Amino acid sequence: MDLEPLISKAKMASAGKTGGWRNYRPVVDEELCTTCGVCTEYCPEGVIVNGKIDYDFCKGCGICKEVCKQEAIRMVLE
Amino acid sequence: MIYPGNASCQGCPISLAMRCLDEIENPVVAMPAGCSTVIAGLHPHSAMKLAVVHVPFASTPAVACGLSEGYKKLGIKANVIAWMGDGALDIGFSAFSASAMRNDDIIAIVVDNEAYMNTGNQASLSTPLGAKTTTSPMGKRIARRNVGLITLAHHANYVATATVGYIQDLRAKFRKAGKLEGFRFIHVHAPCPPGWKFPSEKTIEVARKAVMSGAWVLYEYEKGILEFSAVGKKFLEKKNRIPIAEYVRTQSRFALSDEEIARLEREIDEEIEILLRFKKPRDSNS
Ligand SMILES: Cc1ncc(C[n+]2csc(CCOP(=O)(O)OP(=O)(O)O)c2C)c(N)n1
Ligand code: SF4
Ligand code: SF4
Ligand SMILES: [Mg+2]
Repeated sequence: MDLEPLISKAKMASAGKTGGWRNYRPVVDEELCTTCGVCTEYCPEGVIVNGKIDYDFCKGCGICKEVCKQEAIRMVLE
Repeated sequence: MIYPGNASCQGCPISLAMRCLDEIENPVVAMPAGCSTVIAGLHPHSAMKLAVVHVPFASTPAVACGLSEGYKKLGIKANVIAWMGDGALDIGFSAFSASAMRNDDIIAIVVDNEAYMNTGNQASLSTPLGAKTTTSPMGKRIARRNVGLITLAHHANYVATATVGYIQDLRAKFRKAGKLEGFRFIHVHAPCPPGWKFPSEKTIEVARKAVMSGAWVLYEYEKGILEFSAVGKKFLEKKNRIPIAEYVRTQSRFALSDEEIARLEREIDEEIEILLRFKKPRDSNS
């Protein structure tokens, strides 16, 4: 029996471009960001690295803004 | 271990915990129904960068055990993980308990959002006193079950509690469990924004306040001895804790009288007392 069709394939965007869910957009102030990596650790999506955000998938939860010790992230209404 | 663009809610603790699975080598996951399944994706797509076997609720630890034994027979290195919600643990508890006693070579990870969230927030045995769910609309009048304590009473091989609030500590425990053999249990506290009714950016703050108030105690139990984890150690002392009311206030799910708040405080003290007894090696326990 060919089991191949029964096996789901791993991919980005299994639920689509979730960036469209955002109400607020996180914006990083590059002057303040020390690239410490705390936001990267806590972002549930894994879409913020060294102050760069993948807005196609960032859901706008605001966790990065909360955990940033430098207060380098602002949430801006979309 | 999880791709972006998955179906988790904004601020989801489970998605965050799933990212940390990259600490475990050769992972294979057995996963019953729950938010995790939805996040893992709808066939033919998967959000997971690892093999997932979707299983019926009560069978999860049993399937994990079978997979683990099967891989051994085939000479394939695998860390088989039974990845369950708190509801799945309720429903599969006898399989879980038996697996712990058999010392199956699996890692049981429970991501505990303290209710059956995927079906719209029904109370589980993990739901704390006073929490409103669709099956406890006035606030649950029964205390939560402390699964960590029960698993300690099994004298399981490895037992740890973790939280998405302290992600390095959680990662270290995933990493350690991945290197050990036998039955390993990690109970992950997973504050859920829609279910617990707090804004999505507060997941980490709520998780940390649970630890700071003593509502969630961080420890590891290995070779018969319990060690409290460094990040939460100081909150064992009552004078360092924040009042439980401060944790409760971070969420809109609670309906608690002053007496019940006092009862929660008392139960925290009692649970820490019991945990302290596991700090002594088992043989010298009187
Ligand atoms: C045998 C069986 N009974 C009931 C259900 C319906 N069901 C799907 S998910 C779920 C709740 C799961 O709760 P939990 O394990 O806590 O996971 P969460 O969604 O909270 O992460 C239930 C009852 C099912 N899928 N299978
Ligand atoms: S808003 Fe949320 S999803 Fe977007 S980058 Fe920040 S933590 Fe990640
Ligand atoms: S309901 Fe809670 S646990 Fe479930 S996907 Fe949403 S945030 Fe995550
Ligand atoms: Mg649950």
